Amino acid sequence: MNPNRRSPFVLVAAGLVYFFLYAPIIVLILYSFNASRVNVTFEGFIPSFSERVVMEGSMVQSSPCGPFHWFCELVKNREVASAARNTLTVAFTATIIATIIGTMAAMAIQRYNFRMKPFSQLSLYIPIVIPEIVMGIGILILFSQLFGFLNNALGLTGDSRLSLGLGTVIVSHIAFMVPFVTLVVQARLHGFDKSYEEAAMDLGANEWTTFRRVTFPMILPGVLSGALLAFTLSLDDFVITFFTNGPGSTTLPIYVYGLLRRIITPQVNALSTVWILIVFTAVLLLQRLQNREV
Amino acid sequence: MLQRLRKNKSSQGTLLAMPTTLWIVALLIIPLILIFIISFGKRSPDGDVIYTFSLDNYARLLGYSTDCDTGQASCFNPLYVQILWRSLTLAFNTTILVITLAYPLAYFIARSHQKHRSIYLFLVLIPLWTNFVIRVYAWMMLLRKEGVINIALGWIAGLFGIDFVPLELLYTPGAVLVGMVYEFLPFMILPIYTSLEKIENNLFEAAADLGANPFKTLLRVTLPLSMPGVVAGTILVFIPVMGTFIVSDILGGRQVILVGNLIQRQFLDARDPTFGSAASLILMILTLIVTYFYTRKFGFGEEIVAA
Repeated sequence: MNPNRRSPFVLVAAGLVYFFLYAPIIVLILYSFNASRVNVTFEGFIPSFSERVVMEGSMVQSSPCGPFHWFCELVKNREVASAARNTLTVAFTATIIATIIGTMAAMAIQRYNFRMKPFSQLSLYIPIVIPEIVMGIGILILFSQLFGFLNNALGLTGDSRLSLGLGTVIVSHIAFMVPFVTLVVQARLHGFDKSYEEAAMDLGANEWTTFRRVTFPMILPGVLSGALLAFTLSLDDFVITFFTNGPGSTTLPIYVYGLLRRIITPQVNALSTVWILIVFTAVLLLQRLQNREV
Repeated sequence: MLQRLRKNKSSQGTLLAMPTTLWIVALLIIPLILIFIISFGKRSPDGDVIYTFSLDNYARLLGYSTDCDTGQASCFNPLYVQILWRSLTLAFNTTILVITLAYPLAYFIARSHQKHRSIYLFLVLIPLWTNFVIRVYAWMMLLRKEGVINIALGWIAGLFGIDFVPLELLYTPGAVLVGMVYEFLPFMILPIYTSLEKIENNLFEAAADLGANPFKTLLRVTLPLSMPGVVAGTILVFIPVMGTFIVSDILGGRQVILVGNLIQRQFLDARDPTFGSAASLILMILTLIVTYFYTRKFGFGEEIVAA
């Protein structure tokens, strides 16, 4: 579609929808500077800096970090640090594995004919058509039955017992990420011109060299966008992690959810603000990269 | 053997696709089979699964309890059917509202100047990638009795000199609906935008040349051609809404129980995995039926990958 005369109705409607999308986020960010610890109403910014935190009732009068008091509290919070570490460990590990095996599957589906192919292709749509909660509890049942059986059979006791933890979260994340990686890479492979590879082979390159020097550089943008999608899916995931995490493998979304059911201080808002800033930067970088490609 | 593999294209393909397919089978397909088997099982007193073939869980879902005295009228309790129905209607209402909000915005982006499009899309992506849980929390802050919406309403009422009593907005069905619409709106905007963007400009010119007014063009050209985007968006919205439990948990309190909450509680609080499995199976079948008829009627676009 090209530029055209816009009716005022569309303009107003679009403006209202953007307002609907952003008003909650702006309020959320504003409250992370709240002077009130109770965080029910916005009581103004923390007015001043001081060497130690000065409280008056539930109000923070001054703090070493001034208005950024809750951000400093966040940095000191050990639970947040551990949850952030877990989130990144899961996202990085799962993304690397899912990207490798997803790219392999995309190449197989795009260029080869094999008996399993219809099944392999169809199975990619499972995470799209099945509610996430069903996948989550299914995986939970699988692990609990499997671990129960193995613990019994191998006579494992105490700490050596198999149980839910970072390992199960990573394995489960790969399961729901890999179909998306495969679909994205496959879409990029669609217009791939095979004659470049044939030329390389004619010039005497073997299969491995051809892949390394010709095929891989050509499909790299597709692989990278698949990996980025997988990474964001993993960072954002709540449901699958909720059912597969164990003690000590809490991720950030699970941690925030736990807080929402207890007491809410502006620290939760500070955490959300940091998260939004990271997302903002990441999406901005991504768009820059894509624009450069074009 | 390696020599043979090099020649045999078919086994090369199998080998390449193997890790992904095995992973999906082990962690997505086998669990579904386990859910199916367990849903016919029974719960042991200590919360374990006893493998038998019993339809008790399904009878319970339909409202017939097996462990109360036989023949009593009070034994029939349609609670779970009501929960399923509530989830279905909520998913339906959410989808309709999301389409109504997403369409004008997608249209606006698709018709804006090429230069500005990426900025407008960027503005849609930010809320999309802001964590799901954080977005529910934002609405919690807005809807509370002392929250921003009530403050704003109180201010407006004050302008007109009306006495204002803060409204109970949180922990209501309306709060859950708003939360769901907010959560899933970007998933509708992107596919509709993708399908609108593909429509070529000369189609509009042709419509105008043939005497169609803007409204008629919208109805006869734009809407039909953007249907694949609407269909893809509907699948991306309807299915997750059916299964989500965080929104109703945080914004609905104990007031709005959806099938997602029912399932979650069976696995955490109530500890009856067999009943939870039966409920998930029903949930899955419901969503598959809706998706099947919907896509058969309208077709299935590649727009689904766009989001």
